[in-house]
Amino acid sequence: MRTIRIGSGAGYSGDRIEPAIELAEKGGIQYLVFECLGERTVALAQQARMKNPQNGFDPLLEERMRAVLPLCAAKGIKIVTNMGAANPAAAARKTAEIARSLGLSSLKVAAVVGDDVLEPCKERDLPIMEFDGTIKQLGNRLLSANAYLGAEPMAEALNAGADVVITGRASDPALFLAPMLHAFGWAMDDWNLLGQGTVAGHLLECAGQITGGYFADPPYKDVPDLARLGFPIGEIGEDGSLVITKVEGSGGAVTAQTCKEQLLYEVHDPRRYIQPDVTADFSKVTVEEIGKDRVRVSGGCGSPRPSTLKVSVGYVDSFIGEGQISYAGPGALARGRLALEIVRERLKLTGVAASELRFDLIGVDSLHGSQVSARAGEPYEVRVRVTGRTENLREAVRIGNEVETLYTNGPAGGGGAFKSARDVVAVASVLLPRELARPQVQFVEGESR
Amino acid sequence: MKLREIAHSRTGDKGNTSNISVIAYDEKDYPLLLEQVTSERVRAHFAGVVEGEVVRYELPNLSALNFVMTQTLGGGVTRSLALDAHGKSLSSALLDLEIEAVSGKK
Repeated sequence: MRTIRIGSGAGYSGDRIEPAIELAEKGGIQYLVFECLGERTVALAQQARMKNPQNGFDPLLEERMRAVLPLCAAKGIKIVTNMGAANPAAAARKTAEIARSLGLSSLKVAAVVGDDVLEPCKERDLPIMEFDGTIKQLGNRLLSANAYLGAEPMAEALNAGADVVITGRASDPALFLAPMLHAFGWAMDDWNLLGQGTVAGHLLECAGQITGGYFADPPYKDVPDLARLGFPIGEIGEDGSLVITKVEGSGGAVTAQTCKEQLLYEVHDPRRYIQPDVTADFSKVTVEEIGKDRVRVSGGCGSPRPSTLKVSVGYVDSFIGEGQISYAGPGALARGRLALEIVRERLKLTGVAASELRFDLIGVDSLHGSQVSARAGEPYEVRVRVTGRTENLREAVRIGNEVETLYTNGPAGGGGAFKSARDVVAVASVLLPRELARPQVQFVEGESR
Repeated sequence: MKLREIAHSRTGDKGNTSNISVIAYDEKDYPLLLEQVTSERVRAHFAGVVEGEVVRYELPNLSALNFVMTQTLGGGVTRSLALDAHGKSLSSALLDLEIEAVSGKK
């Protein structure tokens, strides 16, 4: 039976770079996938593209490509990534340019375009799922609308001989499903294979989160050598059989526990994990440790894919102002509480226009609120944090200022004040009939040929 | 005893919804989870955090439960005012839940 090995080289845009080099060097992999596109990253990248049409792709693209292209080219490892963000075509041109500069002119680089569905979404004035309203009602606050594409166009690029495939918004598991479709030619209505392939993609997409990252909880869950955490490898057979492992000698661990945690990560109904290519069913999945850092994962299945694609809509939501200051020693908690009361009153007195305000004591109740944290003891130090949502930057700035002025106007011993004000690009979702998204594969022409 | 003694947990986020898995270290403790880690108890444990509903999914093959909590992330990860906008730290809070060990069990 044919088997492929896919390495996962990044779990988010800012992720560590050396584990991907280690995978390319010692992982025995044929494919290296980089998942680098967060929920709202496309919207932020779209803003960058509006300022400069050659921009709008992942800021670490050059660094990552320079690090892995020579090794991947030497070993014939194909790269699949969503580092194209809001501008996959420009990202592909940039990658081809980097390849040439490294003496790798024969490398074929392809972009998958067509996830940008702003126009069809506007034409249909689609309703927003998270709140009452439609696309058009967002007016000039609307920034972007990108459909989560499936694996087919990426597989098509690989079938056409691409060495590097760069997409914008695509479902994260689809980045991994694409090499499986390319290698095994699975039918696009074999829901059980697509479901099991989705299990593989879902387990691998967050990179270090299945090899011991986001897991250690000493002394209950100890993980060796997190500073040198190895990123995962999926060994996938033509029949969908799957083993999760990692590079021998790297840090971290792959165990039944790490695999179970990652299987349920960001999953709602395990019977219906909705993807562009399949409605995957994780409910019958089993995991089995078959060796050191080797876990067999079986039982993923599926049912037909939905008729719509999920579209991530980026929009300017509001502005957030924030201020922080610390108190320590005996009575720190009381002085922190007094500081919050002073700021609360000041924001009223000076008429700061905020639609939502939040008063936290970091070290006491900032993560889970006053009720959950009520049973904890008194800390040595506390950090006051006041945040508020406003309609413009000027009002947002005033919130941080009211915290900073506690230096000379507030309780004794306040130190380390910090303030910030920023605009908030948020995302919401709409559902678009799938035939209205028309993905296309574009190879970089010219010198790279 | 605390839930932490018999189970581990991970939080994920989508929009304004948080999901928390609770996974038994030992499959023989799964019945304890089923019996005592109910949606109602989880909702009560997260008083002041969860504003929506708590739905529990059961995964007997993994000796695991998955709790899906709506209206939990300050209006959504991308716009929340919270320090931990993703709610990543909620899993650790859930492991603080009190569990009664039944005779014959750990």
